[in-house]
Amino acid sequence: MNNNENNIILFSNDELKNIEDIKSHYPDSKSALLPVLWIVQEKYGWISEDSMKCVGDLLDIPYEHILGVVTFYTMFNSKPIGKVHLQICTNVSCMIKGGRELFKYVSDKLGVKNKETTSDGMFTIEEVECLGSCESAPMMQVNNKEFYENLTKEKIDKLLEELHKKNI
Amino acid sequence: MKIILKDIPDLQKLDIYESNGGYSTLKKALKDMSPDDIINEVKASNLRGRGGACFPTGLKWTFMPKVTEKPKYLCCNGDESEPGSFKDREIFEKNPHQFIEGTLLSCYAMGIKTAYVYIRGEYYKWINLLQKAIDDAYKKGYIGKNILGTNFSTDIYIHRGAGAYICGEESALMNSIEGKRGYPRVKPPFPATYGLWGNPTTINNIETLANIPEIIKNGHEWFLKIGEPKHPGTLLFGVSGHINKPGVYELETGTPLMTIINDYCGGMIDGKEIKMVIPGGSSMPPLTKEEALTIKMDDASLKAIGSAIGTAGVIVMNEDTDIVKVLERISQFYYHESCGQCTPCREGTGWLMRILKRINNGEGRIEDLDLLTDVSQNIEGNTICALGDAAAWPVKWTVKKFRDEFEKKIKKESVSLPVKNKVHSLR
Repeated sequence: MNNNENNIILFSNDELKNIEDIKSHYPDSKSALLPVLWIVQEKYGWISEDSMKCVGDLLDIPYEHILGVVTFYTMFNSKPIGKVHLQICTNVSCMIKGGRELFKYVSDKLGVKNKETTSDGMFTIEEVECLGSCESAPMMQVNNKEFYENLTKEKIDKLLEELHKKNI
Repeated sequence: MKIILKDIPDLQKLDIYESNGGYSTLKKALKDMSPDDIINEVKASNLRGRGGACFPTGLKWTFMPKVTEKPKYLCCNGDESEPGSFKDREIFEKNPHQFIEGTLLSCYAMGIKTAYVYIRGEYYKWINLLQKAIDDAYKKGYIGKNILGTNFSTDIYIHRGAGAYICGEESALMNSIEGKRGYPRVKPPFPATYGLWGNPTTINNIETLANIPEIIKNGHEWFLKIGEPKHPGTLLFGVSGHINKPGVYELETGTPLMTIINDYCGGMIDGKEIKMVIPGGSSMPPLTKEEALTIKMDDASLKAIGSAIGTAGVIVMNEDTDIVKVLERISQFYYHESCGQCTPCREGTGWLMRILKRINNGEGRIEDLDLLTDVSQNIEGNTICALGDAAAWPVKWTVKKFRDEFEKKIKKESVSLPVKNKVHSLR
């Protein structure tokens, strides 16, 4: 029963209960894969090989399938990232309103390139595709959650300071 | 005329929605209308899908088998990943209950007991907003078992995506719900025969479903009088780019583009001239200034000049815009998002991006323009899903309509630069 032990380490009882509820939404428990991977990532920040194996045991899905899924969807991190994930849109609507310059500004300021993490493990920056916020370009998302819109260099300076303080 | 984004404060709250007639259409329909009555009403209204393809919604519903032992499903497509589109999030935020009521009416019409709302993973805030609305509707007995005391039961669940443009394609969306990679499926079989877990399934866009309650309430004749008769109703125009007031504007189909830009969006920033307008998300062929000045925004008008309404995500670009760089960025997007199943798309999108990059880097050749057209024509129509077309159209049409911009760039900088690479050796 090693598998179950692993799952208990990976998930709390409340989370296991929540997963049972999610499974009941679908006629096939394999369909709960994306929601369960979200739970893992929100808890640990990324999805490790061990996590994938545990999720596989829990939902009766081969590890290889889960690896395929995790690497297909860009929002799932299969490697550890910084505490604060800055996802800056540079697609057309943002690009023509300065999205690329904004990305370069953040990149220079933090001294890291696309998909790299600062040496203190605080910030990971990433150039991302359209986030559906074209009316408020340029914009970025932080940690797959909050949108920060109509950005300027001044706003970025203030925001990075706040995020740094909050996560130290 | 506003059908969805009405000027009622706090309409997202259930009690406000109810006091403005919300869920009364569902009540009335469950009492007085048969499922076929609803399908016939939607069919007669000529409502056409708002996800980009303009397919008649009522007709799509008739593809679902009436008698079957299998469970039937509805997928509500809120993936909204087409660059330039940001309208569905407005519905989740401002009028989620009308979308929920529309979903319930659709489920009743097709005999569906489970609906999944697929929302892109980045819309964390809007997923929570919709979940709150769904929870409230469950508590009031609008969703769940024996809705409003009838024997009609339906559940609605949200399924969060995880960052893949392709999952907006209906069959990829179903695979994603099934816990798989978002690979589009070969059609036929179509979803109405073999959809989610092999069962009959219909996929409708969020905006399409949000239209249903008003159509059922006011009747198809009312709906047919709004906007262009061949493409009736309103559209949620998401306008971005070099304009003073970007945002989502609900306007009748057939509204002139310049009315949208000047009367609603406050005109161009600093009074600059228009150079190019993308009318319906980045995969739609772009419009030149001359076309933009006279075009009406509906399916037939745009098709007549070789473009399409798409998701009505309008991107306006001014005279200072570097069209070649914009096109390179668009191609980079499709290269990134190609799922990799079909060779023409997987390889072709990379070719397009690399050729455009080469032109922007001053290493382009004049033959590259024909090469771009040739590659895009070899992608178009040769793939399982429409992502290949979506990647090909903007390239083919931008090169055709703005050829001089490309030529200028190539001629200006290519004089002293030898041609280093053939396309093959670039890989």
